Amino acid sequence: MKQMSKIVRTITNLVYGFIIIFGFYVIVHGHLTPGGGFQGGAIVASAFALLLVSYGSLITKKFLKKDFLSIMESSGLTMFIVLAFLGLGITFFYNFLANIGGWFGNTPVIGPNPGDINTGGVIPLMNIAVGLEVLSALGVIVLLMASGAEFTKKKENS
Amino acid sequence: MNSFVEIVHIFTLTIMIIAALLAVIFKKLLPSVIALSVASLLLSLEFYLLHAPDVAIAEAAIGAGLTMAIFIFAIRGTR
Repeated sequence: MKQMSKIVRTITNLVYGFIIIFGFYVIVHGHLTPGGGFQGGAIVASAFALLLVSYGSLITKKFLKKDFLSIMESSGLTMFIVLAFLGLGITFFYNFLANIGGWFGNTPVIGPNPGDINTGGVIPLMNIAVGLEVLSALGVIVLLMASGAEFTKKKENS
Repeated sequence: MNSFVEIVHIFTLTIMIIAALLAVIFKKLLPSVIALSVASLLLSLEFYLLHAPDVAIAEAAIGAGLTMAIFIFAIRGTR
């Protein structure tokens, strides 16, 4: 699939990193601000789609490997279910890290405050796992759609 | 203040209906897909005005970003 014009490629070079950083911001701040794992993963996957639309699938395949994204998706789901089973001493999905200090364990401040990212217990870790899974899954979907369209075009022309 | 919010609601919904009609009326494929994307983006603005920012972020990323990219791949496959 051929690439688009030089204007589109320059704007993509400028904007691509900022979109990915914003997506990871939405993932990591999932327990404080609107958004979370699914929304941030969809934003990062839309950055992948922008790269794929502007540069074409032949150059993009050097940066985004389908096998690597598939492994990341499986590891995200495994991380989520392992975090759910780790609280099984009390109940399934028990928040065993909250309010004990250490990793994401601070007690939340009562009243109006700018927000402490080191709170929430196991919720931020689950947001990170869901974000990893969603961005890899949507990236695999977009990559397969692009290569499928190219394959169909080549088959009809021959 | 309240009437201002109502005016913005009516404006957004009117432009959304116009964009959805344009997506049907256009003869070329690429402008039709872009009109559909504009309707989806205005739907996300409407979700934000109705105090649902979670749904607004998801709608803006999936409805206006990924769906339009997949439609563009399909259009490139036709010619």
